[in-house]
Amino acid sequence: MADLRTNFAGIKSPNPFWLASAPPTNSGAQIHKAFEAGWGGAVWKTIGAPVLNVSNRYGAWHYGRQRMLAINNVELISDRPIEVNLREIVEVKRAWPDRAVIVSAMVEAKPEAWKDIIHRIEDTGADGIELNYGCPHGMSERGMGAAVGQVPEYCEKITRWVMDVAKIPVIVKLTPNVTNIVLPARAAVAAGANGLSLINTINSIVGVDLDTLELTPSIGGKGGHGGYAGPAVKPIALNMLASLGTDEIVSKSGIPISGMGGIATWADAAQFLLLGASSLQVCTTVMHYGYRVIEDLCDGLSNWMDEKGFKTIAEVSGRSLHRVSEFKNFDLSFRAAARINAERCIKCDLCYIACNDTAHQCIDLVTPEGKVVEPSAWDPRSNGKRAAVETRLQPVVREEDCVGCRLCYNVCPVDQCIEMVELPPRRGAVTWNELSQKQTPVTEDWKAMEAYREKVGINIH
Amino acid sequence: MDLAVRDVRKALAEQLPPLTPNAAAVEADRCLFCYDAPCAHACPTHINIPQFIKKIATHNLRGSAATIFASNLLGATCARVCPVEELCEGACVLGGDHKPISIGRLQRFAMDDARAHGNYPVVKAAPTGKSIAIVGAGPAGLSCAGTLALLGHAVTIIEKRTLPGGLSTHGIIALREPVEIALEEARMIEGMGVKIKTGVEIGKDIPPAKLQKEFDAVVLGVGLARTPGLGIAGEEVVIDGLEFIEASKVAEDKLSVGRNVIVIGAGNTAVDCATIAKRLGAERVTMVYRRTDREMSCYVHEYDFARKEGIEFRFLSQPARVVLEGGRPVGLECLRVELGAPDASGRPSPTPVKGSEFTLAADQIIKAVGQNKLTLATLLGLKTTKGFIDVDASFQTNVAGIYAVGDCIRSTGVASTVMAVQDGKLAAAAIHQQLVPRSAPVEVK
Repeated sequence: MADLRTNFAGIKSPNPFWLASAPPTNSGAQIHKAFEAGWGGAVWKTIGAPVLNVSNRYGAWHYGRQRMLAINNVELISDRPIEVNLREIVEVKRAWPDRAVIVSAMVEAKPEAWKDIIHRIEDTGADGIELNYGCPHGMSERGMGAAVGQVPEYCEKITRWVMDVAKIPVIVKLTPNVTNIVLPARAAVAAGANGLSLINTINSIVGVDLDTLELTPSIGGKGGHGGYAGPAVKPIALNMLASLGTDEIVSKSGIPISGMGGIATWADAAQFLLLGASSLQVCTTVMHYGYRVIEDLCDGLSNWMDEKGFKTIAEVSGRSLHRVSEFKNFDLSFRAAARINAERCIKCDLCYIACNDTAHQCIDLVTPEGKVVEPSAWDPRSNGKRAAVETRLQPVVREEDCVGCRLCYNVCPVDQCIEMVELPPRRGAVTWNELSQKQTPVTEDWKAMEAYREKVGINIH
Repeated sequence: MDLAVRDVRKALAEQLPPLTPNAAAVEADRCLFCYDAPCAHACPTHINIPQFIKKIATHNLRGSAATIFASNLLGATCARVCPVEELCEGACVLGGDHKPISIGRLQRFAMDDARAHGNYPVVKAAPTGKSIAIVGAGPAGLSCAGTLALLGHAVTIIEKRTLPGGLSTHGIIALREPVEIALEEARMIEGMGVKIKTGVEIGKDIPPAKLQKEFDAVVLGVGLARTPGLGIAGEEVVIDGLEFIEASKVAEDKLSVGRNVIVIGAGNTAVDCATIAKRLGAERVTMVYRRTDREMSCYVHEYDFARKEGIEFRFLSQPARVVLEGGRPVGLECLRVELGAPDASGRPSPTPVKGSEFTLAADQIIKAVGQNKLTLATLLGLKTTKGFIDVDASFQTNVAGIYAVGDCIRSTGVASTVMAVQDGKLAAAAIHQQLVPRSAPVEVK
């Protein structure tokens, strides 16, 4: 069985799954329960400046019957008295010495305030500190949270104040509400942070109530952007994670990264690890289903690692980073085409309409006799399941016209029905980068491009 | 056994509960939204099923109903009585290795909402000045009338019964379709400007020639007549199955159910009769059929339903005589049957075995062995085949200006409500082309 033990900047935990700093880590009683369920660690809900919360603070985005594909919130940092939080941290850490207890903190941008909170956290026996530079609402209006994370200079300055006094590992949590997440990450590295974590929640408005025309949720008739999280944000988080892992400064520093943003299953978790995370934080799925999700997260990940022959989390971490590249480095001669497995195909024809309306018009509908026909070619007087099923048209890809865009593969509701088949390239490998260096006019002038296409045999209709 | 009206209604209350909004949303979301979907092909009226289901999923129930009505004005009836296993649901792409979408129940959900809010089709076409008479207010006639009304024609339906709706009102067991649904559908058609004159019989109250003179076109949607005779002794005490169902729906006080009931026949009407008898307290209900369960004409799901209801079957039994005591039935004498080579219907021919008489005890015998043809066709001088009215591709009979739709033309295969609805729709389009020659072609799917 795979070894899930994790050592993140010196913070040890029996598995890489930590509860993110959020409502699930609001109190000692909750974290006790979470640790009983098997969580490897918990990042205590942010303590610091005094706050008051509002009702209707959680919005959510549902898609079809899938509830909470994402959650949106305007909840602030812990609204419980700071002494109560600190006392409970002591109790939790004492009761669970093998688990990671990290305390998230956020105070006003004054060195004394930060120095004070760091000392008080260290006195609890906690394993680490996470600096909340990400909260996108409320706190940011007061110059904290994302207001810090969005300005690399502030990020660096405050991190330095903290690093000057901190004796336990310090993790800087980054906000995704920036144009380039690499810059605040580099700032944290420059200031000597021990770890990074990302992503915090994304600015969002979840919707408008079509009866009242108020925002959803409505807080006394008003609404505003809140932090967006949950399965829907995962691709955004993965991209930001990978952009740190592939940044020379960040990666050379060797700073570990705790990944989060939409981890709902062990498969999500594995993907975060592969793109460079070495610990994982989870929130929305827990808010949806409770702490019990840890069981599948751990044994699903462990089973996958066993199947793949990975023995430790460290072996997985960053394993796919070398695959991360940019368009300019992709091989333009790489070819794939869609192939529909007629045995598996249920003939819903979603691939047909997607291809013909919006892609490259290279899927035909073929009668059982092998004739290509237009859709809805049946007689309005025909009826009954036999006529419908026996004359049902089979979608077939015209491979010579298929550009391999992969849209049909994505819309197909049947597993392993459409396959993207790699085809032998028709010309030598070349990237846009190489083309623009060696044959500059081709990349700058349409006429030269057309001549190039003619020469190498690229025919786009 | 006499029954209280209240008990009849309770025992025959609609079988399936309506879907709850949540159940409907869950089911609607399961639909893949197939393109050129096989369910829509399999539907005789070719309702754009994925589209109406998508609209349920997005809470656009008004739009969902409009999509259904665009292809089938009798969507509420069809949602209840259609043999969906043989039609839309039977063709669902999810049926192969999963469970087909409950299209019938979703359609009912959309139609119930339309009824609750009065979201019915509205006539927008300018009047054409043409008038059309439709004989019979059954599904075919109502569908034809509504479609013609939407095209701007003045339509009058003449119905000999006191209630409109045809078999939907009178001939389908209430647990599949309550009377109120069929009547409301007729009211909806009236709301579109169609006049429905009930209690008027052609040939009796109105001479047929008058119709041809007064209207630009005449459409016959007269259905079929009563159950044919069995030609056996004691037949006078045998109850007509359609009358038995009718009593259970619109004359509950006249309904009487025996303790030991025999239903002769094995079609869907026979199953309905047997179900009514069983539900209304008969201790034993036996369906007697001269062939076997492989040849019976009821749908497989109806057969399964009947068995679950506790109805018994005597196959390979040919009724020979009703055994009477004091003028009341006490049994049905039958002959054992052997099956031979296929006959004209393609099914093995039944041959009664001489001397094989046996008697099944019964205090009530009901026959449901098909329907006779009406004499109206002869009255109008129409060509018929085996009693069914002959029509061309545009539903016109051999007499110009007279059209026929529904069961009265369905000489082959299974006749069903939804096919009658499609006839009415297609005939309306053909009539429109005929009467308003320069009109844009009506697109009918």
